[in-house]
Amino acid sequence: MSCEPWQCAEIASTKKANAIQKPEIAVAMIKKAQRPLLIVGSNATERYMEGKPLIDYMIDFANASKVPVVATAHMVGEFLKRGYQPASFMGAMDIGQRIVDPTWQGLDGKGHPDLILLVGLPYYVESLMLSGFKHFAPDLKTMTLDNLFHVHASWSFPNATLEEWAANLKVMTSKFNGGN
Amino acid sequence: MTSKNVRLKIDEMKTPTGLIKNLEVSIGKVVNDNWTEPMGPTPMPSMTALRDWDMKLLNKYKPFYMPDCDLCCLCTFGKCDLTAGKRGACGLDIATQSSRIVMLACAIGAACHTAHSRHLLHSLIEKYGRRYPLNVGGLNIKVEAPVTRLVTGIKPETLGDLDDVLTYTEEQITQVLAVGHTGQEGSNLDFESKALHVGMVDHVGMEVGDIAQISALGYPKADPEAPLVKLGIGSVDRTKPVIMCIGHNVMPSVGIIDYAKETKADDKIEVVGLCCTALDTTRYYSRAKIVGPISWELRFVRAGLADLVVLDEQCIRTDIYEEAAKVGAPVIAASEKNCMGFKNRTNDPADEIVADLVSGKVAGVLILDPEKVGEVAVRVVQKVAPIRKRKTVLPSLEEVTQIAKACTQCSKCQRNCPQDYAIPAAMKAAAQGDLSLLTDLYETCIGCGRCEEACPQKIMIHSLIVKAGEKAMCEENNLCRSGRGAVSDVEIRNVGSPIVLGEIPGIVAIVGCSNYPKGGKDVYDIAREFALRRYIVVLSGCSAMSAGSYRNADGQTLYEEFPGGFEAGGVMNVGSCVANSHIAGAAIKVANIFAKRPLRGNYEEIADYIHNRLGAVGLAWGAYSQKAAAIGAGFWRLGVPVIVGPHGVKYRRMLMGREDKPEDWEVLDARTGDKVNVGPAPEHLFNVAETKEECMVAIAKLCIRPNDTWKGRSIKLSHYVDLSKRYLGVMPNDLHLFVRTKADIPMTMKDEFEKVLAANDWKETIIPDPTLLPRMVRKMKE
Repeated sequence: MSCEPWQCAEIASTKKANAIQKPEIAVAMIKKAQRPLLIVGSNATERYMEGKPLIDYMIDFANASKVPVVATAHMVGEFLKRGYQPASFMGAMDIGQRIVDPTWQGLDGKGHPDLILLVGLPYYVESLMLSGFKHFAPDLKTMTLDNLFHVHASWSFPNATLEEWAANLKVMTSKFNGGN
Repeated sequence: MTSKNVRLKIDEMKTPTGLIKNLEVSIGKVVNDNWTEPMGPTPMPSMTALRDWDMKLLNKYKPFYMPDCDLCCLCTFGKCDLTAGKRGACGLDIATQSSRIVMLACAIGAACHTAHSRHLLHSLIEKYGRRYPLNVGGLNIKVEAPVTRLVTGIKPETLGDLDDVLTYTEEQITQVLAVGHTGQEGSNLDFESKALHVGMVDHVGMEVGDIAQISALGYPKADPEAPLVKLGIGSVDRTKPVIMCIGHNVMPSVGIIDYAKETKADDKIEVVGLCCTALDTTRYYSRAKIVGPISWELRFVRAGLADLVVLDEQCIRTDIYEEAAKVGAPVIAASEKNCMGFKNRTNDPADEIVADLVSGKVAGVLILDPEKVGEVAVRVVQKVAPIRKRKTVLPSLEEVTQIAKACTQCSKCQRNCPQDYAIPAAMKAAAQGDLSLLTDLYETCIGCGRCEEACPQKIMIHSLIVKAGEKAMCEENNLCRSGRGAVSDVEIRNVGSPIVLGEIPGIVAIVGCSNYPKGGKDVYDIAREFALRRYIVVLSGCSAMSAGSYRNADGQTLYEEFPGGFEAGGVMNVGSCVANSHIAGAAIKVANIFAKRPLRGNYEEIADYIHNRLGAVGLAWGAYSQKAAAIGAGFWRLGVPVIVGPHGVKYRRMLMGREDKPEDWEVLDARTGDKVNVGPAPEHLFNVAETKEECMVAIAKLCIRPNDTWKGRSIKLSHYVDLSKRYLGVMPNDLHLFVRTKADIPMTMKDEFEKVLAANDWKETIIPDPTLLPRMVRKMKE
């Protein structure tokens, strides 16, 4: 599993993501966060693992972890179709702009998120959003749950196969469900 | 308008009051114009003249930066690491650097259009003279140059008058470029203001170019029934020698067509175009054909369909001469801006140039005289075609399978594909004899060729994709409405009221390039959706081609299905890149002709009017270029929101409102001076839509304006809700922000709205006469 940006030209970074070598580490980070927020993008219905779309994995994860979800693009309807109510829906740029605003008090008005999880946005969109967070919300922690290494995140999984990705997501969900 | 340089010199003169010796008086310009309208406050504005207006916009729509690079490497102090608040050696931080890059991109784009217009104007003045009259729509258009009139205060009447206008744009672009130097501007908002300035200037430059060529070259003049021209690779008669013109500047194509007609070769050859040159070539000669957008370059050349390639300027693949050489097609470079390393043969006899190109002694030549380009091209293509015999570098279908077997599934192709397409899977299937995945890629591939550059096995992946899609490629035979240019004054009068009152729910301008996330069909789908909903749909550039490349269930293209007027449910193609100025021009004309707002040098008031009243949205679904950035910036300064497709995120900066901050949405009621909260209308000035579905909803929402009547708002909200339900699968979650009185609620959605209003503690408000400018308030309260 390599820790180079999935899209090869995305290398212009001096502060690089730490690689998440095991899903348990990601789970520990998420559990440590007080106000995590998960942003799910349009590839959630485009990318499949073991015959299931990414969105199904993310619903399992969100139900288990209780991390609130913001659906971007047209994903809100896809979540609702599957019986999951995201905490909110808005454009990727809309949520991004709120995140870099230190006065924003989160979706519930109770405080700014301290950990942003991203998954399923087009790679280049996610990459640039993470860059925006890195520069303009430097105290914020960010993590990508994709199987594509994102250099601008605080933590990113290395590039991985679909099988490895599915396994990682299932482990993470199981850990929140009380699994060992 | 006429203007002159006047210089008076008196060596010696005796007067009743004394002796005058060596008196010299120089007057820069004597202006003698026939425009009686008094000059407004900001003719030929400098970089800071409209800064206050810019800051009003930038306060509502704050920049959201997403730097593409942590570094600045523009001077030798660097590279400087600007990560997370660090400052570089010159003192810039990452926000300021990001805005500097945005400004420079806009300046490059504006320079490109103005330089294009300057070349056109030089050529046309040389041929037709400075006194050649402007005519963009005959008696139907009295406001012939709305952008120019608004910005410069000049009412141009002849080609020569445009010279003065371009002098202004050239100066402003130079000033803005200077700001990009190390150690100049230190505020990101001031960089943003200058980006807006150069965007405004860009529209002036574009307008000059297009009204000059419309007037002098006999293009359609604001004609809703401009000819339908052939579009698509399948429309090209491959039994004839084919000249393929690429770029944006029509002059070499004009030379080709004129020479072909003079020598009666026009029936013997095909003149086809790619990118905006194609649009302008068909405006000049409706029998020319449009191959397609910029991304069709490689496929057309590699398939061997071009017998001769003529390059003018902008958006040309800079390695196209190498591609042409592989299929034995000579190249003529015809612009100073891209000489391609070829020897300048402008002053050589045509016979010698023709001989050298036909024999293959040289692969290409530089010819900077459009008429000579015409002669050489027409003669060469007829001699080269029988020699080339459609030489192609595409493999046979059998070879595709064999070549694909060399793929090692390393995924470098996918990782270098801007679209992240699953090329390895397609190669794997192809190696097993199944070309269907490669064929699917043909439909959505943007033809950049980065996959091939990355392949360690040196597989010509794009050629395999094109071969797999060859059948579909040869069946691309569609229609595009020839670029009609401006919107007539009559059309503005007809739709001014319903647009401003909101009863025509909006104007959707779908413009620009073809860096689409999932192919051009999205553009067709979006355009058709809004035309069916009786929005006014305006197209230009590569988007105008993509919109014409698909057919409805009855086999009609978009241009056959819908009328070509600036009217509810109309689908009009204004033309090439420089014709985008007519879209801004139409908005300005609504303010001037319908609302009778003074035009001359009165930018701020007109922009305030457009921003608060005109439900217009720009969409650049495949925007890729600096020119697109400049065009967008011109719309931003007018207060018109622009949406880009997901690749537009790489412009690295959005201008976004916050609907959760009510304090950002106050306007003044011009009747009373009261501050009125009008909600997020429009919510953003520049934003990305990640998917087509999101884009559909965003367009409807961004058409909402403070000035909408209750009836207009009700119509707009019904579209917003309907599109949201259809494409997002849910009711919008911000409806309460757009309902001012219960009369705004669409009749058929009353119950749904009531629930939303009740849940959000909604309170009724008034519909103001909205303005952001205190000076527009007629009666300020004590």
